[in-house]
Parts: sequence; C-alpha cells; structure tokens
Amino acid sequence: MSSKKERRYLKLSGLEPMIVSENTNFINVGERTNVAGSRKFLRLVKEEKFDEALDIARHQVEGGAQVIDINMDDGLIDGKEAMVRFLNLIMAEPDIARVPIMIDSSKWEIIEAGLQVVQGKCVVNSISLKEGEEEFIAHAKSIKRYGAAVIVMAFDEVGQADNYERRIEISKRSYDVLVNQVKFPPEDIIFDLNIFPVATGMEEHRKNAIDFIEATRWVRENLPHCSVSGGVSNVSFSFRGNNTVREAMHSVFLYHAIKAGMNMGIVNPAMLEVYDDIPKDLLEHVEDVILDRRDDATERLLDFAETVKGVKKEQTVDLSWREEPLQNRITRALVKGIDQYIVEDVEEARQHVDKTISVIEGNLMIGMDVVGDLFGSGKMFLPQVVKSARVMKKAVAYLLPFIEEEKKNSSETSLSTESDSNGRILMATVKGDVHDIGKNIVSVVLGCNNYEIVDLGVMVPPEKIIQTAIDEKVDIIGLSGLITPSLDEMVYLAKEMERKNFDIPLLIGGATTSKAHTAVKIDPQYKNAVVHVNDASRAVTVVGDLLNKRSNQKYVGDLKENYSKFREGFLKRTKRKEYLTIEGARKNKYSIDWQTSEIIKPNTLGVQVIEEFDLQKLEPYIDWSPFFRSWDLHGKYPAILTDKVVGEQATSLYKDARELLQKVFDEKLLGAKAIYGLFEANTINDDDIEVISEQGNFRFRTLRQQLKKHAGKPNFALADFVAPKESGVQDYIGSFCVTTGFGTRELAEAFEADHDDYNSIMIKALADRLAEAFAEYLHKKVRIEDWGYARGETLSNDELIKEEYKGIRPAPGYPACPDHLEKITIWELLQVKENIGVELTESLAMWPAASVSGYYFGNPEARYFGLGKMKEDQVKDFSERKNIDFEYAKKWLNPNILE
Amino acid sequence: MKDIQKILEERILILDGAMGTMLQRYKFTEEDFRGERFKDWPVPVQGNNDLLSITQPEALKEVHRLYFEAGADIVETNTFSGTTIAMADYEMEELVYELNYESAKIAKEVADEFTAKEPHKPRFVAGSIGPTNRTASMSPDVNDPGYRAVTFDELRIAYKQQVEALIDGGADILLVETVFDTLNAKAALFAIEEVKEEKDIDIPIMISGTITDASGRTLSGQTAEAFLISVSHIPMLSVGFNCALGANQLTPHLEVLAQKANFGISAHPNAGLPNAFGEYDETPEEMAEQIKEYLEKNLVNIVGGCCGTTPEHIKAIADLAKEYKPRVVGVTV
Repeated sequence: MSSKKERRYLKLSGLEPMIVSENTNFINVGERTNVAGSRKFLRLVKEEKFDEALDIARHQVEGGAQVIDINMDDGLIDGKEAMVRFLNLIMAEPDIARVPIMIDSSKWEIIEAGLQVVQGKCVVNSISLKEGEEEFIAHAKSIKRYGAAVIVMAFDEVGQADNYERRIEISKRSYDVLVNQVKFPPEDIIFDLNIFPVATGMEEHRKNAIDFIEATRWVRENLPHCSVSGGVSNVSFSFRGNNTVREAMHSVFLYHAIKAGMNMGIVNPAMLEVYDDIPKDLLEHVEDVILDRRDDATERLLDFAETVKGVKKEQTVDLSWREEPLQNRITRALVKGIDQYIVEDVEEARQHVDKTISVIEGNLMIGMDVVGDLFGSGKMFLPQVVKSARVMKKAVAYLLPFIEEEKKNSSETSLSTESDSNGRILMATVKGDVHDIGKNIVSVVLGCNNYEIVDLGVMVPPEKIIQTAIDEKVDIIGLSGLITPSLDEMVYLAKEMERKNFDIPLLIGGATTSKAHTAVKIDPQYKNAVVHVNDASRAVTVVGDLLNKRSNQKYVGDLKENYSKFREGFLKRTKRKEYLTIEGARKNKYSIDWQTSEIIKPNTLGVQVIEEFDLQKLEPYIDWSPFFRSWDLHGKYPAILTDKVVGEQATSLYKDARELLQKVFDEKLLGAKAIYGLFEANTINDDDIEVISEQGNFRFRTLRQQLKKHAGKPNFALADFVAPKESGVQDYIGSFCVTTGFGTRELAEAFEADHDDYNSIMIKALADRLAEAFAEYLHKKVRIEDWGYARGETLSNDELIKEEYKGIRPAPGYPACPDHLEKITIWELLQVKENIGVELTESLAMWPAASVSGYYFGNPEARYFGLGKMKEDQVKDFSERKNIDFEYAKKWLNPNILE
Repeated sequence: MKDIQKILEERILILDGAMGTMLQRYKFTEEDFRGERFKDWPVPVQGNNDLLSITQPEALKEVHRLYFEAGADIVETNTFSGTTIAMADYEMEELVYELNYESAKIAKEVADEFTAKEPHKPRFVAGSIGPTNRTASMSPDVNDPGYRAVTFDELRIAYKQQVEALIDGGADILLVETVFDTLNAKAALFAIEEVKEEKDIDIPIMISGTITDASGRTLSGQTAEAFLISVSHIPMLSVGFNCALGANQLTPHLEVLAQKANFGISAHPNAGLPNAFGEYDETPEEMAEQIKEYLEKNLVNIVGGCCGTTPEHIKAIADLAKEYKPRVVGVTV
C-alpha cells in the first residue's frame, strides 16, 4: 500500500482541514490565547470575561493564524477548568473553530482535559523525554489514541538541547521511541528544536541560530515525514527595544530556517520585515550573526544597531574612544563598564608585555585605580563599580590561561597572582542565614580594589569560618547576616576568635546589624578591631586602613576606643528609660470595644495554596525604594531617578533592573508560590492568640511593649487586635508565606560563572522585591476576596506602600513581633514546607531567601508598632507560656531584652 | 473464513438496508415489545427497537435473512441505541450488555447459516454503534453555548460496554455510524482501542459520518475532509457517510473521501429524502440508478442503504455492483 517514496503529510483539522505539505507556506501559530504570552488574555480569563477572551481568539484567526495555541497555565487559574470552558466556547464559534487547536500546557491533566472536548485533530504542546522514556511513551500513546499530533521538545533527562549535537541526539531518540515503540505516525510529530537568542555577547550563544537551522535540516532529512517548529522571537532577545534589528533578525532567521525545513512556528506578523526589504548593510550584519559568519559579528551588529534604532531617534554611539591609545581604552572600558572590547584590548596589551601578569598588574590595575578614585570621591556609584568588576573579571578570565601556561614554562619563577593582592578577606553569611546581597556587593567592591576574596557563601558554620581563616591565612574576616538570630552567631564567632587567639580584624555587616549592637555585644568579646561596616563604599577605606602596615595599629586602637565610648554612652542612655512589669504593661493594653467593633467573617476559611503564580502580575506592586537602598543609592523612588547626585546612576540601574525583570517575566526564570490560611481565633490570657484549624488548635504567642508610656498611650501587643475569648465574639486571624525565590540561586550561580556579579546581585535584589510585592499582592487579595472585609478597597500602589490599607500583616522577626520562634507555629499551622517547599533554617531564616511570612490581622484598629525592649520578667513569662526553657527563650529574644 | 480486508480489494461489498423500516412492517404493539419478561416494566418501551433482540428474536433473524438473500455481505446488529446513554430513556441501562450480546449472537447465527450454504460468499456481522442522543461538542442550550450534556469520558465508558458485548456476541466488524458529532465518534474509537488492547484482539472498524444538510457539513460543523482527518488516527476498514441524504446528495462528499482517504469508502444513503409524511418513497430502481454514479466514478468499496431502504433496494444495488470493480484503496495522498 505504501511505497518508499510516499510522502506523508501532517494533517490537522478544526471544522476545516489543514494540511502541511511542501506546497503549503510556513504555518503560523497564534499565541495570543496563551496566558503566558498575553497579559490581556490572562486578565480576561482570570476575570472570567470569556466573551472578550473569545474575541482575542477570533482576531487571531482573522489575522491569519492557522492554528491557535491555547494555554491556561497560571497559578491563579484553575487551568483544567479554564481550558475546558474556553475550548467548549470556541467550539460554538465557527469562525474560530474552523482552525485546529494547539493544546498547550505543562500539565498532562490539562492536556488530556483539552483533548476530550475538541472534535478536530489537535496538536499537543508538548511532550519530551525530560521525565524519562516511560512517561514519554505513556503520554504519546494516549495522544495517539485521542487522535492528535504532538510537539516534541528537544529536552531529555539531562536537560534542554542547546547545541547541534544534542538537538540531533534528542530528536533522533524521541523519533525512534515514538515511531518504533509507540507506532506514532511520523507525520504527526513536530519537533520544537529550541530557538535561543544570539548576539548576547556570550561565546556559547554564538551558534544558537545556526545550530537550530542545521539541526532542522538534519531532522527534516533524516527523520522522515516530521515537522519542525519553534518560537521565533527568542532569537532576537538581546535586541529588545530595537525593532528594526529584531524584525530583520526574525526575517533572516526564518528565511534560513524555512529553507532548512522549519515549517511551522510562532511568529508575530507585526514583528517581521520582508527579507528582500532589509537594507543590504543591515542584512549583512544580521546574517553574520545568525549564521555565525565572523568572530566579531555580534560586536559589529551591536555597533550597527545603534545607527538603525528606528527613524524616530537618529542616535549613534560615539565610538571615537576606540581610536585612543590602548591604556585609555582599557581604563575607559573599566570606568564605563563596557565589556564588549575588553578581550580584544587586553590581548593587544598582552602582545606588548613579556609576562601576561603585567597586563593585570599594569593596564588593568591602572584602570581600576581610576575606578577606585572615582568611587572614593563619590563620582561613581556602586552599580557602576560592580559593572566595572564584571569587565575586570572578563579580562582576567581571558588572561589566566596564558598566565598558567607561562608558569608551567618557567617553573622557577613561580609567580602567583595572589601574592600581589592587597590582602585576603574571608567573607561569609553566618550559620542559619541565607541573605547575601550585601555581602556579595562588598566582596565585589573589595575584589575590584585588588583584595582577594575567600567567599564561603551563606549558612556557614562558625567552625568552618575559623578553620578556613587559619588555612587560608586571611587578613580579615567579614560576617554578614540579615535576621536577628545572626547577631548571636556573630557574637559567638567573636568569642571563638578570641579563644583561638586570632589577631585579625572582624568586619560586621548586614541589615539587622548596627553600630550599637557591634559596640555593645561583639566588640567586648574580642581584642582586635570589630568594625561595623554597613556600606560597601566605606568597606574599601576601612579595609585599607586596617591593613595599612604603617598605621593600622593606631587605627585599631582608635577604633577600640571609639567603640568603647559609644558603648558607654549607649548603656547610659538606655538606663534612663523606665519599664513596666509585664503585668503593668498588660493593664495598659490597647483596648477595642468588641461589642461595636466591626468583625467580618472570612469568605473562605482554611488553607489555600497558590502554585505557578505568574510573576508579571506583581510588577505594579513592587516597591522600588528598598531596591535602590540595597545598592547604596538612597532616596525615594521615583524621585531618585531624577536626583541631582545619584539620579543618572539610579536611572541606569533601574533600566538594567527592568530589563532583567522583563527577562524573568518572559522566561519565567523565578518560581513563585504562596500559602495562606484564615482561621477562627480568639485572644486568651491577654497575650496569646488561640487559632482553630483543621490541623488542630495552635497558639501564637505575642510580645508586649514594656516601655513606660506617656499617659493615654497604650502598651501594644498584637494580641490586642483579636477579640478575647471572654468577650464572646468570634474573631479571626490569618497567616501566610509567599516566595519568589525558587530559581534565584541557580540564576545567580549562572551569572557568577559568567563573571557577572552585577546581574548575580541584581537577580537576588529583584527576587527580594518580588517577594515583598507578592506579600502585598496576596494581602490585597485576602482583604478583598478571601477575607473580604475590604471589598470596596481601591488603593494606589503608593498608598499600599504607605500601608494605608485596613488591617496589618506583621512578620515574625520584624518590629511588632521580633520573635522568630513563631515562624515554627506558622509552618506547622499551614504546613508550609510540605505545601510550597519553603524551609526554615536552624536560625529560622526562610529558604529560599526571597520569602515573606507573617500574620493577617483584619481589625480596622490593628496597626504596626515596634516592640522595643522588654524586661526579663516577660521573657520568663513567655518561656512558661510557650513551655520552653528560659535560657532558650532568652537566646531567641536576646536582641530585644533590656540590659 | 477469508479476511474481509482481502475481499474488499476484490469486489464491492454490500451492506444491508434499514432495520427500523423492516421492523415497522411487523406493527409490534407495546405488549409485543415487552414480551413476557418486561410485562411489568415501569415505563413504556414501544419504539425501543433494540429491545426486540430479546423479546422478538425471530423477527430479527427474519430481517437479517431477507437482507442476506437480497445479496448483502454484511448485516448490522440491531444495536443502534445500545448504550447506557441512549437506553436511559427506557430505564434499561442495566440491559445494555445483554441487548448487544444477544443482537450480535442472532445476526451471527444467521450469517453462519448463509456462509455454510455459500462458502464462496462469506457473510459478516457488523456491530452497529450509534451516536447516542447526546452531543459532546455542542450545547443543547442555545443560551449557554459552553454547556455540554455529556462528556467524553461518559461516552467512552458507555461505548466500551457496548463494544465488549458486541465482540463477545460474535460481531466480525464494528461500525461506528451516523456520526453527527465527531467527538462522540472519537470517544467510541477510543473505547474500541481500549477494548482491543485489553482483549488483545484486532477487529476491523468501519466509521460512517452523517452530512446533515446542503451545507455539506456534519451537525457539529465539520467538512467531509475535516471529519476524515479527525478520525484517521485509527486503522480502519472503511470510512464513509450514511443517513440524512439520498444517494445523489451524498455524491460530492463521497468524492472528497475517495480522493483523500487511505481507507476503503462506504456509503449507505437513505432512500431519497423523506416525503411530507416522513416516508421514504424512492423505489429500488431509482436508488440503484443513483448508486450507479458511485460505481462509475469508482468511489466506493462498500455500499448499502439506510432509512427507507428494504431488501428490494439492496437487491437492486447488489445486482448492479456485481458489474463494477471496487475502488482501489491506498493510491491516494
């Protein structure tokens, strides 16, 4: 019945047939009906405005989409239900249903639900060998039985195919399994061979386009009857903002990919230039990049791109500095943070020296000195310095192999790069703590100033810090921490250093550290200098002074003196304040009239989980001011962007941040999850809140202000905001944990591997902002929907940041409830770890770091306050209430206990 | 017995004609439908033709015999409504297995009689699988287009029961027919594949859609080719059309299938369009004359009749078809 020459075509159907043959043009798949691809569509689905969502589908079909991709993968949508509902509605619209459907989901149950409601022959998007052959075969078998074609991603157990060989290897294996084992019709197989960006500046991305094209050719020639597809806009990712170049890149890419056999894909028709209409010069530059025809193709296109940024802006980059002498060019590259030409320039420098190391010690250090001077004089800002460091690292990475080679060749001159550094500094985030943005910034800045950094990372146990300091003969130890328990770790480490008879300075930094704490608690434990440095720009001068062999003895002496005086003053000051006993404080509690107070029963009681949340929704909730603070740029957003001093730098940083943020959104680089619950609750015994949940009864222990207040001012505890049991009024409380941190570490590591500390720090700072934004978003949702006490609320983001909403969401570890121990209660109540995977470290820091947890209090009178210091009697009372050891309680509440 | 696939390549196979039309001739009363066994059944059962496989088996055998005598190679079981979904109207969901099993057994018995008498012309039984009375891709409620009265899984499970019983009763072929909603048919095909796998057997499948009116589309809106593509994932003995239209009106759609399909082509049209009284009055000669066009154009491999056709119609068609070669399967793209 069939001969060898027989051609078998991919045939799909809606109400009408669609056949893909050598005579059909490239099949364009519409993706506006994809919640990940269209924010509007996502919003419409979420608001259940399916009529308008259908309009999007209709416009796509009218606009020429020959297949429509439908995707409902979003954390806040019931994907299965939405998929079925939308497909059912489409089936009733002949002008949409005439084209075939592409059912797109990462969840098999959604795919299967979709297959069960469409009469035509669909395409499943997608399956792959990612989870192994067994699942791959099971799904393929089922798809065959439902009568659909399938997109197979070039992905296997090892990972995504990112070069020519891997693309071939995976597609061949997938094809063989499908055709031979599953008996899947080969014409119903569509390979998505992964289109990745080119011209990113990374060497390993150079062949991304040509590898795809060549792999396409191989697949079409060697795997009979199958098709090749892909999302085209990826290829031009690095030229976002320059549509002229992007459109040309898409056209060139398609031109070659289609010739090689790519026969379907997702292309935005509005982002496509006619191949023949591309100006000759642009075409040449773009083809150089797409086809990887020259080593400098990317640089040349980048330069050229500046000249074709669209007609509106006739903007060209002044490249005249490239004509200047070599040292000027290197210095400029370092000062401006331009890494495009640095390898070329250091190579040129290398040609002029006997020993490669001289390039680092000479040319590069001259440049870095300029950076250091500018930074020291406030003419450069931290983000710029980090960018400079990126250039420096790239240059050094290029030179190192030559240095190693020279070392091998002349064994007696054992020149090591290290011995010429200004000093060796150990940096670590202490045990139990996971926060390292500040530590990394300081490391980078010190690294730029020719200090050698021994970075032990996060959650480093004290023994390891001590041992490494001895083994590596470091000159200074720097400790960082963000949460309050870290303070005790630092004290402990200072004691250990004293015990082991260390005699090197100790630097203390991190958000909860303070000069007061350092002076009062840490400094007395250790004989050498203990310096609180909370500002990266100060770190360089402090370290310089500490290691200056001529003057450091005097400097250390001055420091000890300074801290000692500070300590005395601090202790005197605190003694003047008066404190109440805990009983006295309770008598002065904040009282609400529970008989008239408005208490709203939540619409939904119990625990709810949000998975696969679309981060893009958080964008409006981001509070940018702390982001700038994390880079030592102080001021309020957006005013900071036009600030006279830091405005320019803030704007540039903001631009880079937005760019990375967009990438995070587009490529779903970070995983966001949330869990929250609303419960019946009442206050008992003044300071405890009893919570009734399906898991049983829980108690939140709150702490009460003990500072003696002016007449009429109450001594607050969070328990005051929940109706006491004896009032007979049923009240409620909520609790939550959100994270946007899954994936942060991997991304940061990838950036670091590429010598890109700038983006490594950036991604963490952004993840932190997103976590806060998520907490804000979720609080709003809870206020309006789940608890529903603020249904009519309309607050701007500014008002949200100013906390003008009703009810509060205090977090354990923060001023109103500095006690981290209650996190354990939250974790048990919500089963946080089991449900969303956020864990507590031994110091009760959350991991991933970009996470926020806390309580919801809904009473209109609930407000934020600071606990301040408390007396030992409350600590004792607390330990008895909580049934824990007094010393244990003391350890955890230590930072808040009155001396 | 010779493989039906082989025979299909040698000659045009003749399918039987209407079962309902023939049974009407018996003028069975409510009591006749009930028989002894269902005399106390709580709801009226007159019109439940499938039930006659249990209560009037002799009448069924007689009809099958008449069609075989007229020249049919294949007769259909009396199981058009033999699913829990369609039987719900009569509250006879529990009887589904028995109805299908008995019906297949009766037809098989008669077929075997004829095969024994004429070994050169083996006779086959096609288990008839109807569309049920619900649609999986259309809403019965005009105000709620997203609503569905039946789901894929409900259909799949119902069809699975029917298929198992038909096979157990001795059906040689499964005929998914009068497909007005392709999704229903896909559920039936899915069920058949499951049964084939579970029983580790193979059984030829015929599928036959219904073009409902002059629009040239199925009730669920698909063109002939879209319908073909939507069901082509399962290896089939034949694909075709039946019911709703007379032989003439069916020709252009059969031409589409004949051009595009890699399977045999079947057609069993009605005896013309119904008259004002809902009766089919096209004569055997008139119908045969139209079928002649199929044969001359080489469109079909299997031909028979649907509503209004009788053994006389089938005889006229069979006599004509003997003179023609079947369509050659598999030379298309």
